[in-house]
This record gives sequence, C-alpha cells and structure tokens, in this order.
Amino acid sequence: MIPVSHCLILAAILFSLGVLGVFVRRNVIVIFMCIEMMLNAVNLSFIAFARQNNILDGQVLVLFVMTVAAAEAAIGLAIILALFRKNKTLNVDEINLLKW
Amino acid sequence: MELVVPIFYIMAIGALVSGVMVVVQKNPVISALFLITLMLCLACIYLLLSAEFIAVIQVIVYAGAIMVLFLFVIMLLNLEKESAPLVKGRFQKLAGLVLVLLLVGVLAMTVITTGKQGAAAQTTVDVDTAVSNTVSIGRLLFSRFLLPFEITSVILLIAIIGVILIGKKKI
Repeated sequence: MIPVSHCLILAAILFSLGVLGVFVRRNVIVIFMCIEMMLNAVNLSFIAFARQNNILDGQVLVLFVMTVAAAEAAIGLAIILALFRKNKTLNVDEINLLKW
Repeated sequence: MELVVPIFYIMAIGALVSGVMVVVQKNPVISALFLITLMLCLACIYLLLSAEFIAVIQVIVYAGAIMVLFLFVIMLLNLEKESAPLVKGRFQKLAGLVLVLLLVGVLAMTVITTGKQGAAAQTTVDVDTAVSNTVSIGRLLFSRFLLPFEITSVILLIAIIGVILIGKKKI
C-alpha cells in the first residue's frame, strides 16, 4: 500500500513545477504545457484520496477534469494559432494587446 | 505485492525528472515529449493506486490526443528559432522562484497536517471488489453524476464550435 502522503508530496512538487514554468517561461505553448502539468498534479491527488477513502467519486471527478482539459487544450491552441497568424510571435511579453 | 512501493518510487522519480525537463528545455518539441513521459509515469502510478480505467484514459486522452494536438500546433507554427525562452529580468526570475518556494511551503504544511488527520479517517467503503473499476465508474457516471456527465458533453460541443470559429481564416 502506497502511503497517501507520498502521492500528495509528488502532486505538490509537480504542481509547483508547473507554476514555476508559468512564471519563468515566455513561450506561450510551453506555458500551456505547464498548465496541463498542474492539472495532472491535481488529478494525482484526487486519485490518491479516492484510494485512501475507498470512494470512487475522486476518479469520476478526474474524468471530468480530463474532459475540461481536452476542451481547454483545443480552444487554447486554436487561440495560439490565431495569435501567431496575426502577430508572428509566441513570446508572451510581446502579446500585450489586453494589457492595461 | 512488495513490488508496488518500489515501482511507485521509480515512477515518481521519472515523473519529477520529466517535469523538470519540461520547464528547463529550450526546444518546445522536447518539452512536449517530456510531458508525454510525465503522463505515462502518472498513468503507471494510477495503475498502482488501483484506478485502472483512469490510467487507460490518461494514456489515450492525455498522452495520445492532447499531446498530439500540442505537437501538431508546434509543427504547424514551424518554430525554427526560439526567441527569449526565459523571462528577461533577473528580478522576475528571482521573484518567480521565491513565489514558487512559498507555494511549496504552503503545500507541504497542508500535506503534513492532512496526513495527521487522514490516518484516522479510513472508514467509508464504497468500492465493490466483485465488479471491475470500469463497471463501478460507469455506474456512478449514470446514477449519481448523471447531470455533470451530460454537461460535459455540452462542454465538448461548445469547444468544437469554438475551435472551428476561432480557426477560420478571417476572424
């Protein structure tokens, strides 16, 4: 039996790595991948708790998270394509049309 | 049965290494490939946590569909030269690192306190071992989670329509 706290620590480190990537990287596609990594870390903690409490609700919730992640990836990548067609750049520092 | 814990640690180390590589690598294609190995390692961990259905879905949907979409977009954009992979200022890098370390501290505190409380809470048993994991999840999806399940289908439909609209030549 895997201790649930180790799963949670792994999930916490993966989530923090994702946050670090969003802070430090400037390529919008890599930032998007880091967001996917954060979603994966949250899924891991859901499944660890589902295992600990012997309830399947966590696994069903992971299913919904994956659906939303798929929809988000599709729309986000479409937006990135449209942005690149217009601005010819992927650097988020140069994509500042909505910046105050 | 004793193999479960060592395999978990191997997969955890694999996931951590590939997570670091996703952030560190300059080339987005290599980042995406490391993200795929991260997802495969997580799928193995899901298997060890007796979530077989989620593990398979992880491989098919995440490592398969979503990452192919990412690689396809990277290929479509044809990124020869990576301009400015990291943020420019030293201050920004340092601030990001400090904020992330703060987040790690908060998460670690939460994990430690939850571990103390969670040891006593192992009471509820909802899992029927006679039927497989997939059957139980299917039953839950069509009984207790029926409305959210239907709403996800609407979300996917909206996503399809939105992608077609955004992807058109002229916006």
